[in-house]
Amino acid sequence: MTRSGRIGLMLATTWLGTALAAGAQEVTLSIESWRNDDLTIWQDQIIPAFEAGHPGIKVAFTPSAPAEYNAVLNSKLDAGSAGDLVTCRPFDASLALYQGGKLADLSDLASMANFSDVAKSAWQTDDGAATFCVPMASVIHGFIYNKDAFAELGLEVPATEAEFFAVLDAIKAEGSYVPLAMGTNDQWEAATMGYNNIGPNYWKGEDGRLALIRGEQKLTDEPWVAPFRQLARWKDYLGDGFEAQTYPDSQNLFTLGRAAIYPAGSWEISGFNSLVDFEMGAFPPPVAAAGDECHISDHTDIAIGLNAASKHPEEAKQFLEWVGSAEFAALYANALPGFFSLNSAPVAMADPLAEEFVSWRDTCKSTIRSTYQILSRGTPNLENETWNASVSVIKGAETPEAAAARLQAGLASWYAPQK
Amino acid sequence: MAFRPRLHVVVFLAPAVLVYTAVMIWPLFNTLRLSLYTAGEGGRAFAGLANFATLFGDPRWSAAFWNALGNNLWFFVVHMAVQNPIGIALAAILSQPRLRFAALYRSAIFIPTILSFVIVGFAWKLILSPIWGIAPGMLDAVGLKALFAPWLGREEYALTTLALISVWQFVGIPMMLIYAALLSIPEEILEAGEVDGITGRAAFFRIKLPLILPAIGIISILTFVGNFNAFDLIYAAQGALAGPNFATDILGTFLYRTFFGFQLQLGDPHMGAAIASAMFAIILAGVCLYLFAIQSRMRRYQF
Repeated sequence: MTRSGRIGLMLATTWLGTALAAGAQEVTLSIESWRNDDLTIWQDQIIPAFEAGHPGIKVAFTPSAPAEYNAVLNSKLDAGSAGDLVTCRPFDASLALYQGGKLADLSDLASMANFSDVAKSAWQTDDGAATFCVPMASVIHGFIYNKDAFAELGLEVPATEAEFFAVLDAIKAEGSYVPLAMGTNDQWEAATMGYNNIGPNYWKGEDGRLALIRGEQKLTDEPWVAPFRQLARWKDYLGDGFEAQTYPDSQNLFTLGRAAIYPAGSWEISGFNSLVDFEMGAFPPPVAAAGDECHISDHTDIAIGLNAASKHPEEAKQFLEWVGSAEFAALYANALPGFFSLNSAPVAMADPLAEEFVSWRDTCKSTIRSTYQILSRGTPNLENETWNASVSVIKGAETPEAAAARLQAGLASWYAPQK
Repeated sequence: MAFRPRLHVVVFLAPAVLVYTAVMIWPLFNTLRLSLYTAGEGGRAFAGLANFATLFGDPRWSAAFWNALGNNLWFFVVHMAVQNPIGIALAAILSQPRLRFAALYRSAIFIPTILSFVIVGFAWKLILSPIWGIAPGMLDAVGLKALFAPWLGREEYALTTLALISVWQFVGIPMMLIYAALLSIPEEILEAGEVDGITGRAAFFRIKLPLILPAIGIISILTFVGNFNAFDLIYAAQGALAGPNFATDILGTFLYRTFFGFQLQLGDPHMGAAIASAMFAIILAGVCLYLFAIQSRMRRYQF
């Protein structure tokens, strides 16, 4: 064979190879998300399960850092470089994207029938006419505790507030464990795992939350100040130097067995399971008196929507239909214990700690975080202000009453029903 | 001689001018323009100076702005009072001809400057951590444990702590610039001084220092511009909310939060651009003050 003939053959094979690859019409969908902790679970379990049933569609999970997600996503959507599928924050952040034409309307997706109205409420227009994200999961707040430490100190799981502080006092007096693993450096834990964790028992869950939105209650009313009073008492039970303790510091304090109780969100479960070498248990936020009705924060937290500018809307909708299916619900809830499925189909979970959290749904009433729906639309932003106020109260820099008055003044400055 | 257009000058300048225009000048003016608009119903609407009226008139916005500006000034004061004198002193010591291992010290002091902000912020957060940090242990070893406090978490210390971390990182730059200026002083002048009986410390303060004043001026203005554009270290160490209670909020983090949004707060590019414009005005005013009021009066010596 001549030299030029050989080159010609090589060129021909390359060309042929390229042509074959193009002929397969493979579509790659990419997912924007803030759950960078879940990267391996998506890559090893969820995406392969989908790809097995849908040849020709590849899915790439491309998360960014949680605190930057909203900013990054907004910039990407404006620049037209965002992925086909977008993980949706609950309420206004996603609603604004929908109203801005960035997210497609998914109301006619067949799998939407698998979700209750409450589950969908976080990703609907205010009148409920359009749904723009497929609900994936909610997270439940409560306290995770070190069972071994409780056994060692002979402590019972507290059900009331008085018992809760008695337990904290006992741990503190004994001295080998930090009673509560929480810091104020990153601010959000104080509001999310503090105020919104213990608060629903005081403001009676949905009743208080909706009354606040309607303007019938004020943040200076007793049910909204009382959680701050409890937070102010937490100060004595936090670790040394809690002012500079970050969120990962708190996680490590607990998982290394140096702290007894961790004010938690259920999303911690999968991470903690792989780190601890002691047995963990969980209890819901204690009520004021024994026998009181209990309320838990069961927050609709995560959903997934379709980028309106996606080049592959049909394939992306196939993926979304699958996300709405019972198959996905079971897969997701078990791959990520602590993210509880919002699907109407009951899901069996293998993780005991996750089972413990979800069992509170039977005895307590569910609500969502008070600051998320509507109330954080204006400036000053109620959610961000609540972070700051909760930290100030815990540190003792501000009295509960002053913090509540400041939040109320900020909210009243732009929210008409509170004026 | 007739005027001849020097075509080659234009040709050689073009690449730099074009690139600079595309990545600096055009975005700068577009930002200034953006600050005059607001997001209205159905798109962007011209609003004149309304954004600035909100920024300086609304009690919440203006409180946040003045807080950030005040913190920024303190950040700058710490740099001027700590970083530059130490830089000058180090340069003076390093320029001693009899000092051994001068090159080693010079490199060691300069190395933090080339580290990323993220590494510096993270490393210092770990060093100062009350739980895992080595700072409490080291203080304990010399019996001064009582002096330890969670500095980054206390409102009264956090900003100064971060400013000192930044000083630690950047002290190499004034040192290098002053060192170069000191080396360029001719030996004859120092020898002439020696003949007149000016040696040692007096030689530094009466001969060298006046000669390196222009270099100190340049360093001051670089520090000023750098500090008022600072953002990275605060963001890496304290996050975009610049806690505790906005005690470390400087103009850069305030701009970031406003422009890009944070957590449930949505980004507002127009207010963000207004803050960016205010920062630009502050820096421009500072640089002009230096150029016209100080540098033009500074005496220069020709060797």
